[in-house]
Amino acid sequence: MSTLNILYAGFGGQGILFSGKFVAYDGLIAGKQVSWLPSYGPEMRGGTANCSVIISDDPIGSPIVEKPDVLVAMNLPSLDKYENEVVPGGKIFVDSSLIERKVERTDVDVFYIPATKIANEKKIPTLANMIITGKMIKEVSELSLDNMDTVLSKIVSARHKDLLEVNKDAVRTGYDYE
Amino acid sequence: MGEKVLMKGNEAIAEAAIKAGCHHYFGYPITPQTEIAAYMSKRMPKIGGTFLQAESEVAAINMVIGVSSTGKRVMTSSSSPGVSLKSEGISYLAGCDLPALVVNVQRGGPGLGGIQPSQSDYFQATKGGSHGDYHNIVLAPASVQEMATLTQKGFELADKYRMVSMILADGTLGQMMEPVEIEEVSDNQIEKPWALTGTGMKREHNIVNSLYLKPDLLEKKNIERFEKYKLVEENEVMYEEYMLDDADICVVAFGISSRVARNAVNMARAQGIKVGLLRPITLWPFPKKPLFEASKHCKAFISVEMNMGQMIQDIELAIRCSRPVYLCNRTGGMIPSPDEVLQKIVEVNNGGAK
Repeated sequence: MSTLNILYAGFGGQGILFSGKFVAYDGLIAGKQVSWLPSYGPEMRGGTANCSVIISDDPIGSPIVEKPDVLVAMNLPSLDKYENEVVPGGKIFVDSSLIERKVERTDVDVFYIPATKIANEKKIPTLANMIITGKMIKEVSELSLDNMDTVLSKIVSARHKDLLEVNKDAVRTGYDYE
Repeated sequence: MGEKVLMKGNEAIAEAAIKAGCHHYFGYPITPQTEIAAYMSKRMPKIGGTFLQAESEVAAINMVIGVSSTGKRVMTSSSSPGVSLKSEGISYLAGCDLPALVVNVQRGGPGLGGIQPSQSDYFQATKGGSHGDYHNIVLAPASVQEMATLTQKGFELADKYRMVSMILADGTLGQMMEPVEIEEVSDNQIEKPWALTGTGMKREHNIVNSLYLKPDLLEKKNIERFEKYKLVEENEVMYEEYMLDDADICVVAFGISSRVARNAVNMARAQGIKVGLLRPITLWPFPKKPLFEASKHCKAFISVEMNMGQMIQDIELAIRCSRPVYLCNRTGGMIPSPDEVLQKIVEVNNGGAK
């Protein structure tokens, strides 16, 4: 692997930035160069939110992901906006419980996972982001679950240690989703 | 060596400042730098320091003047419109020869502008920005790690030369996270015999003042200060070169633009174009000599900036207009893409650029 460009996109409040941080920390612990860049400002408060994550063996130039290798789309506006930006041969992960349409591109791998529906059924409605992240880790060969415990312990604040297990469960659920 | 952690650029500035012995912070919130104040508000009470959210930016910078007079390390931070409000106080700091760190995490302007990243305060930062004959040392980080190391360097230079050091960052660098390692550095390497610490009835009063009603005295003071500035220009220039040795074209960019430019340089090199990058790390003092040296073998320069073309003037001066300097810019909160910079490089290489 030289460089993996990931773009998370969805609504503010879906945990877009948190899951981006999860993946970035995983890269850091694996000894890679990483960058994490959020959209900020009014987008964070209910509009569209997105997050660029780059994991690389080499020093990272621009931290802005314009042509993602991996797109995680958690709402329709995000898929509409970024579908055509994904590099040929890239991967798109679609929360199919929120996005009814199919991806039109034929030169990318597409994975549909009803992450929000699964999260609601499991009574962890705020963790659809981690379910879809689990699926992404399964399908993107550069990523793994090896350091999940360490990574979560870094990014889940000490006050919320009770959330560690549910996050792990959510990631695992997505990872095992067929 | 400590452990690398993921931090936002704004948080890295705050933590680095504390680890450089800055235990006094005065500020007023403004996007996209508010995380600095937020971090300080959490940490300062735990270490017995001062975090104070002032009633305005003007109040904050005047509190900085007060603490600096006592010889303690002190800082304030803001974003573009807020830095304009602090300008008066920055001139007073310069006039009193007081060290301080001022952080500007730039956003688009003029006026209230927007909240997206920008580099349009280049003139304000490097040309003084407020009234009177003076300079600030201006440091332009290009990574979260540099947000930390240049903050600490800024304190050191401020103390050494009794000047304001300004960190000129932008919203991207403030908001992004990268791995960072922040060291503890000493804050007492430089004696401050001028500080207002109480005479203890053992010495004459120290006076910190910027008012000189006798013009001959003020002239003398200004000339002395510029002798100090000359030393800074001779000794403190920092820059980074990338693939410049054999380059025909020299791209010049600082901060976040330099990272975009670096991608474009790599892309152009892959096409066989001999292009390199010179990244000023100090914007004042500006790396004039290395640019002049580059003008001996580079046939053209490209200034990549997030403004309407400000640093381009310093490049033209540095190379004494001996080569064409082209502008590749976005403004208003927009960031140039590597493709846009590449396109400009290709145009210049083909001799067809405007």
